[in-house]
Amino acid sequence: MAPKALILRTAGTNCDAETDMAFQLAGAETALVHIQHLISDKVNLADYQILAIPGGFSYGDDIAAGILLAVEMKHKLTDALHRFVEDGKLIIGICNGFQVLVRTGLLPGNGASEMAQRATLAMNTSAKFECRWVDLETQESPCVFTTGVKARVYLPVAHAEGRFTAPAKVLSELEANNQVVFRYAENGYPNNPNGSDSDIAGICDATGKIFGLMPHPERFLTKWNHPRWTRNPTNTQENSSEEGDGLVIFKNAVHYAESNLL
Amino acid sequence: MVKEIEILTADDAELMRISREGMLSLSLNEMQTIQAHFGTLERNPTDVEIETIAQTWSEHCVHKTFKSTILYSEEGKAPEQIDGLFSTFIQRATEEIAKPWCVSVFSDNAGIIEFDEQFNLVFKVETHNHPSAIEPYGGAGTGIGGVIRDSLGTGLGAKPILNTDVFCFGMPDTPYTQLPKGTLHPKRVFKGVVAGVRDYGNRMGIPTANGAILFDARYTANPLVFCGNVGLIPRNRCEKSVEPGDLVVAIGGQTGRDGIHGATFSSAELDDTSESLGSVVQIGNPIMEKKIVDALLQARDRNLYRSITDCGAGGFSSAVGEMGEEIGAEVHLERVSLKYEGLAPWEIWLSEAQERMVIAVPPENLDELMEICAAEVVEATVFGTFTDTQRLQVFYEGTIVGDLEMEFLHHGLPMPVKEAVWEPPKHPDMASRDRGIGVENLSYTKDLEQLLASPNIASKESVIRQYDHGVQGGMVINPLVGVENDGPSDACVTTPVLGSRKGVIVANGINPKYSDVDPYLSAAAAIDEALRNVVAVGGTLEKTALLDNFCWGNPDKPDRLGELVRAARACYDIATAYGTPFISGKDSLYNEYRDTTTGEQRAIPSTLLISAICVMPDIQNAVTMDVKTPGNFIYVVGNTYAELGGSHYFNIHGFVGNTAPAIRPGEGKLTMERLSAAINRGWVRSCHDCSEGGIGVAAAEMAFAGGYGMSLRLDGIPTGEDIDADDFLLFSESNSRFLVEIEPQHQQTYQNHMAGIPFGCLGTVSDTSEFVIKGKSGRLIVETSIHTLKSAWQDF
Repeated sequence: MAPKALILRTAGTNCDAETDMAFQLAGAETALVHIQHLISDKVNLADYQILAIPGGFSYGDDIAAGILLAVEMKHKLTDALHRFVEDGKLIIGICNGFQVLVRTGLLPGNGASEMAQRATLAMNTSAKFECRWVDLETQESPCVFTTGVKARVYLPVAHAEGRFTAPAKVLSELEANNQVVFRYAENGYPNNPNGSDSDIAGICDATGKIFGLMPHPERFLTKWNHPRWTRNPTNTQENSSEEGDGLVIFKNAVHYAESNLL
Repeated sequence: MVKEIEILTADDAELMRISREGMLSLSLNEMQTIQAHFGTLERNPTDVEIETIAQTWSEHCVHKTFKSTILYSEEGKAPEQIDGLFSTFIQRATEEIAKPWCVSVFSDNAGIIEFDEQFNLVFKVETHNHPSAIEPYGGAGTGIGGVIRDSLGTGLGAKPILNTDVFCFGMPDTPYTQLPKGTLHPKRVFKGVVAGVRDYGNRMGIPTANGAILFDARYTANPLVFCGNVGLIPRNRCEKSVEPGDLVVAIGGQTGRDGIHGATFSSAELDDTSESLGSVVQIGNPIMEKKIVDALLQARDRNLYRSITDCGAGGFSSAVGEMGEEIGAEVHLERVSLKYEGLAPWEIWLSEAQERMVIAVPPENLDELMEICAAEVVEATVFGTFTDTQRLQVFYEGTIVGDLEMEFLHHGLPMPVKEAVWEPPKHPDMASRDRGIGVENLSYTKDLEQLLASPNIASKESVIRQYDHGVQGGMVINPLVGVENDGPSDACVTTPVLGSRKGVIVANGINPKYSDVDPYLSAAAAIDEALRNVVAVGGTLEKTALLDNFCWGNPDKPDRLGELVRAARACYDIATAYGTPFISGKDSLYNEYRDTTTGEQRAIPSTLLISAICVMPDIQNAVTMDVKTPGNFIYVVGNTYAELGGSHYFNIHGFVGNTAPAIRPGEGKLTMERLSAAINRGWVRSCHDCSEGGIGVAAAEMAFAGGYGMSLRLDGIPTGEDIDADDFLLFSESNSRFLVEIEPQHQQTYQNHMAGIPFGCLGTVSDTSEFVIKGKSGRLIVETSIHTLKSAWQDF
């Protein structure tokens, strides 16, 4: 049986189709589920092993990015979410989903029971939306999504509120627990597109099972998504793997769920 | 609540007063027609009725200028009667070209072409000029919001997959003291428009991956905002119908007083008091529109409704009026969901409040539809029924407040006969020798840098990066390409069906500067440019469709209309020659500004935007414009002529000139077809079209985008006539030309393949950053580095 991934949707979610595609290509059975269906118990979160919160502008990012969806999840899905985390299941939040996870307190996290916000994703230092590809350095971390990921990965970002920032204490905890999963590889704008503290692009919780990142691995599922694929030497184009570097993140999740959660 | 408009007894002056003060934009002839119609009914119209007629008959909704008879005269030619620009030049081109893959043209909210076995593509471009002049952020945002709803309102609804945006602004360095009264500074318009399109498109989750930004002082009071959307639609969801008994259901946002009179407003000129007309600009809410898309596409796939259209200009009045045109409809306005109380019935009926769609739902499907809407938290309201009365009947709290025959509403409009004159302008002869233009043996390094830095050519990266072009995960050729992802791509390519290698190319062409010489050539060049851009990334003429968007001055003035005739004629001539059909289009006229104190009147340059869409069988064959490898050869394809009228080179030297690039579609078609074949066989490593700034700018852009220098010689340029002047060779903007990069291993094959087409080897890609060009006589005329050129280009 394939692991089941729930791709959460709400008003303003807009990276759901490609996130769904990523999990399908990785071998999961997927469902796009509106949060209303979880709240009304039409769909049971417990039936799934992976929860993905895709990118977008949930509820228009009114007040601040991801905050309304975070509040809704915390207060209307409290028990289901707690159980999901306690069961050691996997959660990934991409871009707006990362913003949501940080605002629920699930990231950086401090054990399953605490749902208090300890960091934030603030307005980019450039003060505008940035759509560009960036080099990421993969860090040593317990994150199950990034096992075997290359030391350097190239992925696109597209956001206005992606500057990861937290009190010094939280930052040093993150470093001490190896919770930083991805860093923007070169210091400074534009490769660090938002001015994040310590060039942080993605973090996980202490268990490595909850993962949030600003870059979009679901936008790099085939080699043709790479912005410079036409520069590859012609004679290798047909022969090279057609898989994009983002897919492995979803495959890792599916493999982990297959081995540990079924 | 409802007023009767006293027209039965009105004289002509009174009729015009009613039209003017009611913001109806109806002409005297039209008012008289209405008067006569109600005369036979022996009653006055209500405000609901006259407003409905005004909206339905507005230039914006009915395109009178493109449908009316035109008496055209041109010096030295016999006067000509044209029975409708649209049918004579646009529709006829499409009919004659008769592509089997055209599914629906000119009839629905967008044109439809075939994509693959499962899906078709819809494409539409619209303008939102007048609102953007007054309130740039809201005007532009609702512009993109509106055109997205056109895709959603085509067939039974297409999923929006790509946005394209083209803007024309006044010069960014306009001194504040020279700003026409009541207009916003071009920089402010620029910033607001970009932010509006960015915030709407990004929130909707639609990649904005193609566009252009142009500057000309004459756009200061009348900026142009073209917004386009491509949609993906299942092949079995492309047709709509309405049956009597179907419910009239509104989905989405509530109705308020915003955007009233948008259609009639946009059918008039702006003046220095227009800024006070805040209520004509709509208020956008992209998340509402995203919710509508989410809900409607589910309802579409479950076949819950029979027809759909968007509420654009004219609001419910035009949406319901159009859907029920063949059968009839009755609506009950008190059932409409309102933002706030206090709206008069005609305001509810006319409001252009955004994010609303109207669908025709068979009663038995209503519950299931309501369930979907509830789950997506979208409001849906039944407020009427389609009937078999052939009448549009409007009720408010049980009283009939409007009762119009569909026949009169849709076919009662008297078509005007308009006069058009074309007289070629005579620009001052170029005092070339005095100004160092067309003189041999000079250095053109500074000219090249100056061209690259000129606002129309310079990098638009700061804007492009604010648009999400990667969302939906299908982008394969980005708007920015090259070794540092910052070179100007000719077109974008996306794969709308994830997992498939079938691609869609979207490109555009626009050359208003040539209009100053001849709008015929401007239109021809726009088509040629759009097609060049398609071909340059790997597309083919065979699979390309076009959209036409005309933005013009007041067509009631014979000289403006003469220009429109010239441009429309070019559309027919060039589209048929290339075999590329028009599938949809739009016009925005009356782009003029009137200073009410001085009486001064200004029109925009006659501007035709051509948007192109092409289906690409395999994206693996796509190429980009950045040079790839040192040692490769750079070829120019297509003949160069001494055609610098309206060119950017003349422009930076203060000339217009009289010889705009001519169009030789026979030559151009052969060139493009042969080049497409070469690209699709993998013999071309990079390709860039020669447009603004000619070969010089194209070569520089290819070089710095690829991160390598070039060493070129102008004597390799094939010419269609004798050209001695190096600057003419370098900067002429002749049509149908490309630069291509060829690997040594493919050189012979490529040359054999291109036999019979004008082409020549210009030089090679070098492994240094030096960018050098030798003139015809062998003398060095450009000597610089790609870093210098790139920073000039990026310094905007």
